[in-house]
Amino acid sequence: MSDATANGIPASGAPAKSSLLTQDALMRKRNAAEARFKAYGIAAIALSLSVLFIMLWTIFTDGVSAFRQASLTFPVTLDAERLDPEGNRNPEEMARVTTIGYTNLLNDALVAHLAAEGISTEGVDDGDIADFISRGTPAELRDQVLADPALLGQTITVSGFASGRIDGYLKGRVTRETAAVDTNISVEQLDLADRMVEAGILTSGFNWRFLTNPDASDQRPEMSGLGVAIIGSAYMMLLVAIFTLPMGIAASIYLEEFAPKNRWTDLIEVNISNLAAVPSIVYGILGLAVFINFAGFPQSSSLVGALVISLMTLPTIIIAARAAIRAVPPSIRDAALGVGASKMQTVFHHVLPLAAPGILTGTILGLATALGETAPLLLIGMVAFVQNYPAGPFDGGMLDPATALPVQVYSWASRSDPAFIERSAGAIIVLLAFLVVMNIIAIVLRRRFERRW
Amino acid sequence: MTHLKLGASALAISAIAATGSFAQTRDQVQITGSSTVLPYATIVAEAFGENFDFPTPVVEGGGSGAGRAKMCEGVGPNTVDIANSSSRISQKDLDTCAANGVTEVMEVRFGYDGIVFASAVNGPEFAFTPSDIYNALAETVVKDGALVANPHTQWAEFNPALPAQDILVLSPGTKHGTREVYDTRVILEGCEATGAMAAFMAAGQDEDAAEESCLKLRTDGRNVDIDGDYTETLARLDADTNAIGVFGLSFYQNNTDKLRVATMNGVVPSTESIATGEYPISRPLYFYVKMAHLDVIPGLQEYVEFFVSDEMAGPNGPLAQYGLVSDPELAATQEMVRNRVAMGPLN
Repeated sequence: MSDATANGIPASGAPAKSSLLTQDALMRKRNAAEARFKAYGIAAIALSLSVLFIMLWTIFTDGVSAFRQASLTFPVTLDAERLDPEGNRNPEEMARVTTIGYTNLLNDALVAHLAAEGISTEGVDDGDIADFISRGTPAELRDQVLADPALLGQTITVSGFASGRIDGYLKGRVTRETAAVDTNISVEQLDLADRMVEAGILTSGFNWRFLTNPDASDQRPEMSGLGVAIIGSAYMMLLVAIFTLPMGIAASIYLEEFAPKNRWTDLIEVNISNLAAVPSIVYGILGLAVFINFAGFPQSSSLVGALVISLMTLPTIIIAARAAIRAVPPSIRDAALGVGASKMQTVFHHVLPLAAPGILTGTILGLATALGETAPLLLIGMVAFVQNYPAGPFDGGMLDPATALPVQVYSWASRSDPAFIERSAGAIIVLLAFLVVMNIIAIVLRRRFERRW
Repeated sequence: MTHLKLGASALAISAIAATGSFAQTRDQVQITGSSTVLPYATIVAEAFGENFDFPTPVVEGGGSGAGRAKMCEGVGPNTVDIANSSSRISQKDLDTCAANGVTEVMEVRFGYDGIVFASAVNGPEFAFTPSDIYNALAETVVKDGALVANPHTQWAEFNPALPAQDILVLSPGTKHGTREVYDTRVILEGCEATGAMAAFMAAGQDEDAAEESCLKLRTDGRNVDIDGDYTETLARLDADTNAIGVFGLSFYQNNTDKLRVATMNGVVPSTESIATGEYPISRPLYFYVKMAHLDVIPGLQEYVEFFVSDEMAGPNGPLAQYGLVSDPELAATQEMVRNRVAMGPLN
């Protein structure tokens, strides 16, 4: 008995050695460790947030200017002699006048308009003035005239884009310092641009056509847009949803509700997880071999792209759908079975509706990942210059060549004209906007329909 | 059961969509290959789509070798029609082609591409000769009459006319079509001019072995192979202003505000000096047409003729404005294209 007193239990009357209110060394050490751990966590979050912020900041500062565009507005007299030498107003004969003929017409018209407005063109020859007009404008005018030959002989007001470097000057990308060493533009041209802005010939506005135009060649960066890429991405996402959703749901319901638990289902389970981790380029190789070379599907088409991306997304969707089905409590199934429902009825009347929000969320997140994929598309010919819009979805448009949003980012980033850098960043902004919208839909679905037990 | 029905019908619809209506022809020309030729091909494709009633051809990049391999996969609408190439087709490619039934190929040379050395625009000026590049980059150089492992760290060490700046060259990677002309027209020339070639042969190597020794570049980080696009080279040059980058002439012409071009043997590279042959480093650009597709794919013949027409590939055409050196023998090429002459065996 006396031992116990000696072994640490304080004798009555002696002051307590430790208390909850005063910290001893061990306690301080443990508290310090906790504080340190919290600091690490906050530092990790701060670091990742700052990296994210820097990334978004550079993309936005680079890319926002892609949504503005300088335009030239000036009157053009459509000289019938030049545009319809035969004089028959027959569009087929008029088509023999190529865009080069229209380029000369536009150049002359701009030079004449500057002279008529009394704008000094000192130090700038006619060829340098022609450099102001985008090389895409003549093609637009030609299309307009061929569609309506009655325009010949009239004077119409043409509003077309200014060329990439003039546009860059209004955006601050091209400055007098860079123009001094740049052989593609001179300081005198910039002075003239200033005078044209004053006279209201050169204006700048929001560039809707960045979202609607197809891609353009290296010589006319200002005409390039995301139209074909947006349609291609939309077709692919639609097809991927159609391909993967039924298959993914069927597979996960079977595996969760019906499949016996044995070595085979274990093997399948492991393989699904493995497939979700296979690098996406592997699916591209598979797609090239199976869908194009073996099945003979057309190259560069959004159908093949969608098939490849479906294969890639399917494991992710199966995993998400299985998790959602597993989250439905067994009591629901027991109750349904208890009142005499068959297994099938239990699944389709009770389990699946309750799991649906989870399945949809998982699917949308899987689609969002798929939206950003370029690597598999590289091998099936979708990383390409495609200028014709695909046809409508019911006219076989999914078999037409198309590109996708991330592809456009990639191909613009490797072009030589500096104007494509801003357009590449602009395409990233559009892609991010799509991803944000998809994620918001996923969150809203989850909030509105998810049931918690 | 509605869910099941919905799923089943969706599957059925997609199956029909996938297998249903495959036209066995293709409406638009499909082109793939060299990323050097890509900008020229897109310029032509765009103008072709504007001025003809055919759809705009689809143009892919990806590299000369990959493009030729793709063209040689076989005949049929799901294979490409044209392979762009920044180097000449090899016998190996032709053999693959023949084995896959692509027996007749038309070789079209449409112009030349200059290779330029350029540094950051704020840096000093450089005037190179092939010997300078060899002395800077080779693994083994001749110093005081003897072959030694390259000791140079600054340009001025072997040529006092060059600035005292650390050596760093961003060379085209071995996967680049540019690398071949870089090796033969710069490194080998320099090897011969500095006497290293003779020294290798004096050391008992035969000519092939000596050439191989010439082409060995130093691996201590002063020569960096860039396998990506010229945009990557430009980005590296922004990051390290001491570097000298190797670019295509057209890329340089689009970025004259960021790059200062170096002369070679005292000649400033331009489309004119390359056309006259004064500027020594250039290479021909080709595209190869699968002749079995000429009457099958609508617009293919017209596209090829349009590409080599004076309007496009001539000295005043848009391709020349972009940096292509027009081919002096363009008229012969136009004639060949009109008559659909298949290429003979390689010589």
